[in-house]
Amino acid sequence: MALSVKKRASSFIERTVASLGDSLEHSDIAETHSEAVGLLQCLDPRVKLVGLFALVLAVVSVGRVSAMLGILALAVGLAMFSRITLRVLTTRVWLGVLVFTGAIALPGVFMTPGEPMGRVPLLHWTATWQGAHSALRLLVRAETAATLAILLIFTTPCTHVLKAMRVFRVPVVLVVILGMTHRYILLLLRTAGEFFEARRCRLVGEIDARTRRQLGAASMGVLLERSLLLSEEVFDAMQARGFRGEVYTLDEFEVKPKDWVALVAFVGMALLALWAGNQ
Amino acid sequence: MISLVSAFSFVVMMFNIPLPGGTTGHAVGMAISAILLGPWASILAISVALLIQAVFFGDGGITAFGANSFNMAIVGSLVAYAVYRLICGRTPLQSPRRVVAAALAGYIGINVAALCAAIEFGIQPGFFHDASGAPLYAPYPLSIAIPAMMIGHLSFAGIAELVISGGLVAWLQRTNPSLLKLTAPEASDSDALAEPHDCTELRPLWLGLAALMVATPLGLLAAGTAWGEWSPEDFKKQEVRQEIAAASHNIAPPESPPAGLERLGSIWSAPIPDYAPAFLKSKELGYILSAMFGTGIIVSVSLLIGWLLRLSARQPARESA
Repeated sequence: MALSVKKRASSFIERTVASLGDSLEHSDIAETHSEAVGLLQCLDPRVKLVGLFALVLAVVSVGRVSAMLGILALAVGLAMFSRITLRVLTTRVWLGVLVFTGAIALPGVFMTPGEPMGRVPLLHWTATWQGAHSALRLLVRAETAATLAILLIFTTPCTHVLKAMRVFRVPVVLVVILGMTHRYILLLLRTAGEFFEARRCRLVGEIDARTRRQLGAASMGVLLERSLLLSEEVFDAMQARGFRGEVYTLDEFEVKPKDWVALVAFVGMALLALWAGNQ
Repeated sequence: MISLVSAFSFVVMMFNIPLPGGTTGHAVGMAISAILLGPWASILAISVALLIQAVFFGDGGITAFGANSFNMAIVGSLVAYAVYRLICGRTPLQSPRRVVAAALAGYIGINVAALCAAIEFGIQPGFFHDASGAPLYAPYPLSIAIPAMMIGHLSFAGIAELVISGGLVAWLQRTNPSLLKLTAPEASDSDALAEPHDCTELRPLWLGLAALMVATPLGLLAAGTAWGEWSPEDFKKQEVRQEIAAASHNIAPPESPPAGLERLGSIWSAPIPDYAPAFLKSKELGYILSAMFGTGIIVSVSLLIGWLLRLSARQPARESA
């Protein structure tokens, strides 16, 4: 009994450390891949943003599964030429989406009314063709959209993605807020991970449920206080360096002929998918 | 500041919160954000956290960003803020009521947001389906989407938000109550337990209560019988039976009193039946005295509960000292 309680108590901290570590690892992988030499890495970030977003819009707009599978095949091909392996796609995208969306889609196979496809032995649930088609469509759509989204992040430094958002007339202030938020997230993830690790190292024996809840609330409180302290220090530092509300960005992007070709190809594929997928 | 609170909201979503029963859950932090920043900044902070989550951390939801922001950032923040302000009122920053208010704000906020999401899921099959009737997007109607979403949120997700919101406000009350000041400008940040209550603030309430007590005999002016407030004896009196029938769309009551009513009606005899003590001749005076007596009991019980809460709050302070 004591063993199970102890295991449960420590798993609360370990699960939190694992969640925080997973997010950090995701950022590290994205950064590593975006620095590699590949097909998508050498394109202008604005072209990638517009092109991949057009494909995402196409995949959420079409009704035919074959059109979605076509876009998914294109995304996998782009990933291969951009040095993103199938293993990375499977572990970072497909499995997660399969579990989450699959849990939503699977009951639909049996609950959607329509033409019977078969019965589950023992349970006597009747699967319908309409239900299976609907579940497959939901799953393929989610997998394809998530793959396209990850292609952008894994082949483009996040600062460039943010700057490329200006193409969509996103206000500069919002771009700056997003950029700062992203950096603070990484900092706070490390900070939170460190103090959970420190707590885990000092933990001897078991802690009861009430203490665990207090520990969770206190950890958040400490993190909040540190965040607010940091925000004051950063704002003072910005003002000391002459920040008066105006935002200027470095690294002007330059669209080359290959970027125009890529943009035409992306938009052309999206339009083709829309035409074929809604026939 | 918005960047940091957005980052904080994002990181808080990663925390595993131990829940009663041995499980763990994640919180969104919408109530905390609304309590610390106010509703408008909270909307922006949660939206930014959701956008970062969708774009940079591959959690999906790029095309659903608008719906997610509406549910969690806008509806969640506004509902959580309204519930918090409604419950905590003008209580001091260190009042235990603020902890309860924050906890309920988190619980209700996340559940209303989940209800909005469930409705958005549930109406989709009606709008988007192919020629064979197969849904193009979310496959479930409202009758399935609402229970499926709400069962999980009313239990685990709601409790995670409740624990986090209440726990964090309780922690801030002990360590840095000034952070709660932004959404409670009228509240005092001195120790609520030591602070004497300002009786003048409550004067209009007491006067209103007294006026209501004096007005209680107005009920005698009402004609007829209150529907459903019948005793077993009323079924035997012809005059009352006619009143019951008149109040029930002219449907005659049963000849004999219902067996259950007769059995249960004898369990408890009210000390002041029909608001008229036996020793009083005047019905009006009886009503006023009954109102005073009932109000006195309620106020006494409230004061007793308040005293016990203050006593329990002082105990840990003494132990830590």
